[in-house]
Amino acid sequence: MKYIDEYRDGRLAKDIARQIAAAVDPARSYYFMEFCGGHTHAISRYGLEDLLPANVRMIHGPGCPVCVLPIGRIDAAIALAMRPEITLCTYGDLMRVPGSNGSSLLKAKAAGADIRMVYSTLDALKIAEAEPNREVVFFAIGFETTTPPTALALRAAIARQLPNFSIFCNHVLTPAAIQNILESPDVRKLGTIKIDGFIGPAHVSTVIGTEPYEFFAEEFQKPVVVAGFEPLDVIQAVLMLVHQVNDGRHEVENQYIRAVTALGNEKAQNEVARFFELRESFEWRGLGEVPYGALRLRPEYAQYDAEKRFSMVTPAAKDNPACECGAILRGVKKPADCKLFGTVCTPDTPMGSCMVSSEGACAAHWTYGRFREKARTQDEGRAVA
Amino acid sequence: MNVAIKAYKRKLDITNGRVDLSHGAGGRAMGQLIEGIFHKAFDNEWLRAGNDQSAFSVPGGRMVMTTDGYVVSPLFFPGGNIGTLAVHGTINDIAMAGAVPLYLSASFIIEEGFPLADLERIAESMGAASREAGVPIITGDTKVVERGKADGVFISTAGVGMVPAGLDLRSDAARPGDAVIVSGSIGDHGVAVMSKRENLEFDTDIVSDSAALHGLVAAMVEAGGQHIRLMRDPTRGGIAATLNEIAHQSKLGFHIDEEAIPLKPEVAAACEFLGLDPLNVANEGKLVVVVAPEGAEAVLAAMQAHPLGAEAALIGHAVADDHCFVQMATSFGGGRIVDWLSGEQLPRIC
Repeated sequence: MKYIDEYRDGRLAKDIARQIAAAVDPARSYYFMEFCGGHTHAISRYGLEDLLPANVRMIHGPGCPVCVLPIGRIDAAIALAMRPEITLCTYGDLMRVPGSNGSSLLKAKAAGADIRMVYSTLDALKIAEAEPNREVVFFAIGFETTTPPTALALRAAIARQLPNFSIFCNHVLTPAAIQNILESPDVRKLGTIKIDGFIGPAHVSTVIGTEPYEFFAEEFQKPVVVAGFEPLDVIQAVLMLVHQVNDGRHEVENQYIRAVTALGNEKAQNEVARFFELRESFEWRGLGEVPYGALRLRPEYAQYDAEKRFSMVTPAAKDNPACECGAILRGVKKPADCKLFGTVCTPDTPMGSCMVSSEGACAAHWTYGRFREKARTQDEGRAVA
Repeated sequence: MNVAIKAYKRKLDITNGRVDLSHGAGGRAMGQLIEGIFHKAFDNEWLRAGNDQSAFSVPGGRMVMTTDGYVVSPLFFPGGNIGTLAVHGTINDIAMAGAVPLYLSASFIIEEGFPLADLERIAESMGAASREAGVPIITGDTKVVERGKADGVFISTAGVGMVPAGLDLRSDAARPGDAVIVSGSIGDHGVAVMSKRENLEFDTDIVSDSAALHGLVAAMVEAGGQHIRLMRDPTRGGIAATLNEIAHQSKLGFHIDEEAIPLKPEVAAACEFLGLDPLNVANEGKLVVVVAPEGAEAVLAAMQAHPLGAEAALIGHAVADDHCFVQMATSFGGGRIVDWLSGEQLPRIC
């Protein structure tokens, strides 16, 4: 595959791995957080950790929009979908996300709710046009990457004067969440491990650019390297971070120059700004309330806002108290440190946010990496013997 | 921590639970449904063996019987339709016992309003497929249900066959050191079907690999039948599900090599675009065979000499492993687990 295989070249990866091994200071450790679930997925799927020196550790951050959607919002969507006049349209990987008491959109569908999986916002619009007697609600979710398509759907709905189309907005924002990882009440409660730098999300930055991270890098004195999702992108970003740490720099660097600029896609940003405004606070599953961490429709588009149109309420619902997602998302604990991991909490029976989508830290570790626990324990066993 | 992790299984909630799509997706949920309802109700030694068919003794040898239901959407796809699939799939289930398929039955559940022209097209291609395979459809059944109670047409086929004397393939027969061979490129069928799904149409030249494999199996048995431990056709759940099933039934693990697995660039590209892992994507004309090391070369050569096994490749080996992990050396130079699919394979949001 042209433009894909080039970024999965094992020989080149080994060469960069050798450069990392030569660059790292053996007397210290390097802790890097990849914020985005796409990076987590790439690291696990290609076994990237096997190529890194033992003193370079990747911490899997909260960057999966499906994972961070709180239970209450899923419950609210299910309650809406159960209303007879409603057709709820949603992206596929939301279907399995657990709500309260083991519920999910998949189960609600089986129980008779009209829930349809779509591949784009425009598919939902088509349904609204084709079935004027149904109230079609698009369950919008995602980071800055998927917000512009939702804005475009809204623009099209207004232009076509579609009276039966609305949006349940759950769009969330990346910079606010990264800040929350380092500075929030939970950090004081859980403690935090040292994070030496961040791999910034690539697709998000195609929209917002690298500039929004400048303040963050300066304020928290942490280097950020915006990187693509191919494994070579990620390992190159690690090398760039190692160099920054060794040099005592804390800059925003752009590894993903083939798609990301400093200012991003201003047309998309303007489109989003036209239809959406900041929420003062929004709950992220596993992180709690994140100030200015999400978007809602502007008041002038209230008739397209499903929350207002159908007087939706978000029930208060909590994760299993034994769930360690908050600590895992901040890098304080690893997936295997959680008592629920692999026992009651698996990708088939997810309990916490990190296990919900394949891009979550626990799901990625369970699906691709849990054999490493075995090897580690065997090594420890031999050391004890 | 205790590494002997045993995945928790939520019990089937018979009182309040409902069948959802994950129960038909070839993953753990489906296994749980089969075990919790059908195996419990039908319990016998043949079902407990966990094969896609059952061999049993009759005067004059060992016989194989299998049955399967086909509910594919769309009904017509590049390289076949639900009817050809119903013929090939059932023949292949028999062939995976190393057996010679003899006869098929076909049962149709048709939705009121279904176009007769489509039904004829399906039936004619089924007839052609069975004649080409030399396995006649000798009995059948037809039911029509009200509009809205079926998705066009559902087909069930059953088949019987005879196992050659001296051959006894068992699902728990794999041993550490055995070779794992796949008969050709993976994921072709799943991608061909997905390319024609509503809302997901994309341009691709990929056609389904749907084919009857008993001829290929006969060549393999002739070349090294005494060394073949077991065979499987990796349909729903792809080769990931197949290898995990074998690993758990034989109580061992597998080490496979990503670079050795045949994969068409177009299939790889489509999977990339859809966010799917080709190891989880369905096949309908491929098989996975586990062979004792001393017979691997002969079986592989026999496969490559057959048109349906021309791209056959040795992709790895069985290893002793209490955890029954299927591990893969990635083309990138790292390692990972190849796990069962969790629920239904759904496209990721980003």
